Amino acid sequence: MSGRLVVGVDVGGTYTDLFLYDDATGRVRTAKVPSTRGQEAVGFTAGVGALANLGDISAIVHGTTVGTNALLERKGVRAGLITTQGFRDVLEMRRRDRRQTWGLTGAFIPAIERDLRLEVAERTLADGSVLIPVDPEEVRGAAQRLLAAGAEALAIVFLHSYANPANERVALAVAREMWPNGHVAISSDILPEIREFERTSTTALNAVLQPVVGSYLAAVDTRLRAGGFAGELLIVQSNGGVMSVATAEQLPIRTALSGPAAGVIAAAHIAIAAGYPDVITGDVGGTSFDVSLIAGGIPALAAQSTLDFGLVVRTPMIEITTIGAGGGSIARVDAAGLLQIGPQSAGALPGPACYGAGGDRPTVTDANVVLGRINAARPIGGALAALDVDAAARAIEAEVGRPLGLSVTAAAQAILRVANARMAGALRLVSIERGHDPKRFTLMPFGGGGALHAGALLREVGLARALIPRFPGVTSALGCVIADMRHDRVRTLNVPLEALEPSALRAEMDMAASVLGALLERAGMAFVATRVEHELDMSYVGQTHTVAVPLLLAPDGSGLLTRGDIFAAFESAYRSAYGRVLPDAPVRVLNLRTAVIGERPRIDLLSLAPPADARLDDAQRGTRPVWFADQMHAGIWDRLALPVGAIVAGPAVLEQPDATVLIEPGQQARVDRFGNLVLEEAATAAHVASTHR
Amino acid sequence: MDPVTLAVLKGRLEQIADEMDATLFRAAFNPTIAEAHDACHGIYDAATGATLVQGKYGLPIFVGVMAFATHAVIDKFPDAADGDIFIFNDPYVGGTHLSDLRLIRPVFRDGRVFCWLGSVGHWHDVGGAVPGNYNPAATEYFQEGVLIPPVRLYARGTLNRDVQDILLAASRLPDVAFGDLQAHLSALDLGVARMAAVLDDYGDNTVAEAFAELRARAAMQMRAEIAALPDGTWVQEDFLDNDGRTDTPLRIAVKVRKQDGRLTLDFSGSAPACEGPVNISRATTVASVYVALKHLFPEVAANSGVLDPVDVIVPADSLLDAHPPRPVGGYTETILRIIDVLFCAFAGMRPDRAYGNAYGTINALSIAGHRADGRRWVLFQFFGGGHGGNPEGDGLSHGNPPIATAIIPPVEVMEAAYPVRYTQWALRDGSGGAGRHRGGLGAIYEIELLNSAAEAFVFAERARFAPRGVLGGADGAMNVVRFEQDDGWHVPPLGSKIVGVRLRHGQRIRIESPGGGGWGDPQARDPQARDRDRRLGYAR
Repeated sequence: MSGRLVVGVDVGGTYTDLFLYDDATGRVRTAKVPSTRGQEAVGFTAGVGALANLGDISAIVHGTTVGTNALLERKGVRAGLITTQGFRDVLEMRRRDRRQTWGLTGAFIPAIERDLRLEVAERTLADGSVLIPVDPEEVRGAAQRLLAAGAEALAIVFLHSYANPANERVALAVAREMWPNGHVAISSDILPEIREFERTSTTALNAVLQPVVGSYLAAVDTRLRAGGFAGELLIVQSNGGVMSVATAEQLPIRTALSGPAAGVIAAAHIAIAAGYPDVITGDVGGTSFDVSLIAGGIPALAAQSTLDFGLVVRTPMIEITTIGAGGGSIARVDAAGLLQIGPQSAGALPGPACYGAGGDRPTVTDANVVLGRINAARPIGGALAALDVDAAARAIEAEVGRPLGLSVTAAAQAILRVANARMAGALRLVSIERGHDPKRFTLMPFGGGGALHAGALLREVGLARALIPRFPGVTSALGCVIADMRHDRVRTLNVPLEALEPSALRAEMDMAASVLGALLERAGMAFVATRVEHELDMSYVGQTHTVAVPLLLAPDGSGLLTRGDIFAAFESAYRSAYGRVLPDAPVRVLNLRTAVIGERPRIDLLSLAPPADARLDDAQRGTRPVWFADQMHAGIWDRLALPVGAIVAGPAVLEQPDATVLIEPGQQARVDRFGNLVLEEAATAAHVASTHR
Repeated sequence: MDPVTLAVLKGRLEQIADEMDATLFRAAFNPTIAEAHDACHGIYDAATGATLVQGKYGLPIFVGVMAFATHAVIDKFPDAADGDIFIFNDPYVGGTHLSDLRLIRPVFRDGRVFCWLGSVGHWHDVGGAVPGNYNPAATEYFQEGVLIPPVRLYARGTLNRDVQDILLAASRLPDVAFGDLQAHLSALDLGVARMAAVLDDYGDNTVAEAFAELRARAAMQMRAEIAALPDGTWVQEDFLDNDGRTDTPLRIAVKVRKQDGRLTLDFSGSAPACEGPVNISRATTVASVYVALKHLFPEVAANSGVLDPVDVIVPADSLLDAHPPRPVGGYTETILRIIDVLFCAFAGMRPDRAYGNAYGTINALSIAGHRADGRRWVLFQFFGGGHGGNPEGDGLSHGNPPIATAIIPPVEVMEAAYPVRYTQWALRDGSGGAGRHRGGLGAIYEIELLNSAAEAFVFAERARFAPRGVLGGADGAMNVVRFEQDDGWHVPPLGSKIVGVRLRHGQRIRIESPGGGGWGDPQARDPQARDRDRRLGYAR
């Protein structure tokens, strides 16, 4: 085994994307194979096997949505819940919300049904004191009943266990003795944080996923080993770090946004290398537009995410904002005569009208096809031979053109304008709404369709430029190869700042760092460096929402902190969030958040660059009529054949197997030394060039 | 105006209101705003105060009343200047009740008011006889809290500290009030900055045109919905248990008439204004009509155009047309009943849109006492219940009321903040009305006092009249409120209203909230669904 090959694998709903990197030679290979739904391990192994000899691969890093899909389709297994007397319905009562503001429809089915939720007499109070100790025999009886009822995994959640896990630990010991498999977890291990619904939901969803993700990973591992693979299999977490298979089997909930998170990690790495550390990513998929913000090269993390109504997961995740406006989103004219795009989607089946599979509702993709922006003769992905332009035109004419009194072309333009406006709204949401000036930011579109909309989005939002990675369609697979190993931990402290003993905080920080460091060590990997980050959730006393206050410490997380330092850090974080601070109001520390990061060797992105002998002329593919404000002759180019330094002025279309890049009139794209495209207004580019001269 | 620019601007403007909502929720001090989202933001017409744009997350009932609130400021302050911020809680001109503080701020362009921004939120305490301001026994607003008429809090960007001092002095929890005030100001600052950016990007004329067009289109959409209703008249009535003073039911009657493409909602026959605090102002009545219509026709855009093709007749001096000093603290109960009768009336007109009644009471609970160190504590919470069965399926169990998008604070947060222990937090078996699609389940909440002593109040309804089923569906279970004393459990004499009961250490309050009404004939229920109900204990 040469031990230098690393393969990233992102299994999506339609395609499995692969990215191979040879650390010794810098060689790169990419591939896209159809996903084998329900038999993901089969397609996975076949795809990897086609890229390289399995015995030559030192690590396979996997982004998976198997867990998320199982949750959304309610295809998890039967899990049981043992909880505090009086509280078995917490999971089903949620936070007393409803699905939508207007209209009172929509019920809710919890991840663990009511007959598999049992209570035991036990109680801890908010201050951590135990009012009623748990009776091990009662726990044993409850667990037996759940087993008899067919539960395959067990979650134990007691009230206030974040303040004192003693009762949960007793219950865990009893349950472990008798439970036939390892799928038993307590909430204080999964999420030692105040708020019982969020903790119960996260622990319950984890239990439901354990057998699903566990058996999936076991199947993948078995197949790979049988094929001669002898390296490390690693899994990407929603926080953008990787973990070992053993950790993933214990904490499958951390894979909830695995694939999309890997895409953002890749974006951050590419952007830093290219010299643009402030980036907003825009992933145009079939049904959605996923956006995330990277400031200073660091992706924003969210503490919590809702997978679907009532399915709440509270674990640090790369913050990805999703709106229902993707290539397959359906355009329609509502009763008020307003053009609406999405959230309904044509999905993969029947898909957009141009797929010719029976779809007769016009989609964003249909508009791109009708306007000549997508090459109907060479669809990306390779599953279809050609696209049906006439079917797309008919659908647009019937559903948008006639109701609005517009020609087919004008209607298609209107669809794109409204779709772009919705996407722009999502970009503003993560930038302007969070206090970031879009002029400082670079848009990084990925997915097959992202680069079709980039030029328009630059103008709509006022972003500086777009950076289009060399392989936009396999960005998540690239991210798998790049991601560091990362583990997070939260601990509720809930003390006034004036009562916080810096030495006690230091002890908590060291404890968290050593627990997480041990996880890192157990994975048995070599790291370039190890980093420890600590953050406090703080607020004024009386507020229930907190601001995240990063603590400025040495890279290994060590260093002294005074209450004054913490207070100053809080005021600075608060002011940037709300534009004011409250004089004399006392301050409280709710949670300590710790992350330990094992940095993996960086891949050299220069290996993605076009060959040195590439010539501009060889990339020419003639012209094609494409509609912008008017119909124009756009230059058509083979994107991957463009040499470093090449400048292509709009209007132009750059084609490659996994994506299409559109350059609007007045904009231009330059190939940077990594093979990325830097897309900007021609006027801006000229100005930059002249000042540098 | 070209529909594409309009669609783009609509999204941009709604985002401003959404962002103001998010800022207030995150920065507020009291959990009723921060956790329960009892607040709202919007953009209002320069001349009339009519609602132009509304956020997605704000409390639905405020959507309707803020137009009246803005109008009140326009009326009183023709000399409004750039940098002014007005504040008030007068329910008779601005709707709802004294707990809801409204801040209104003009957006100036070229020396003239271009539009108004509003920020409203439910404050924790504004004085009055009862901590938390839900006083079931009030007979005049003076007992419900301190009334602030529209006044200038900021004049040309400078704080009028005297006004702020009066506001804070009125509250039992001045620190919380100050924190909430700062949060409102952050939201308004942000709204003004965002609005200026939109105006600079698109030009004032284009934005003004968009405002007019959005309203016209909502009206057009509403007309289309009304046109699809059959002509005719539908009559419904329901009752409030009592007014908190005298145990006599109070009628809420409505006659819905569809004729010549217009809808007339005539509330004649409703009870006269009452002594206790379930009166509402005319503004609040109109606002609750708006909320009901928006639930029935959710696709119609959220602005004042919704009401253009609708006439609302409110009988003078009824409990739906309160004047000072009639108490209005329990306004939520009355507007929920208005929505209930409207849902029942529409079930006859549009069976495909029929909802069984939701649980119909917010069960406002306050418990107040002093800690060992003498500091005052006020727990205030309102509770969930079942939604009605509907054409799509069973009603949601433990939902929030149709007038709010409020979420409930976690038990662990409440127990960490107040000296109480929740001994039960569960779905209430069998509380949903039977039906082809049954009502959602209400819930059981039982709370024990850990302090040596405290005083408890509950403001609730539906202890005498159940949430109703529609199209043959059965009614949901009624509200049951009980409290413990030295001699055992008691049911309050006024059904579910408790006025100042003293609790001692270890004594409990128990609320069993109503389920939703059923939809359609229970005999037609899918046998599998019926088996599941029995297996999981949802139905007995």
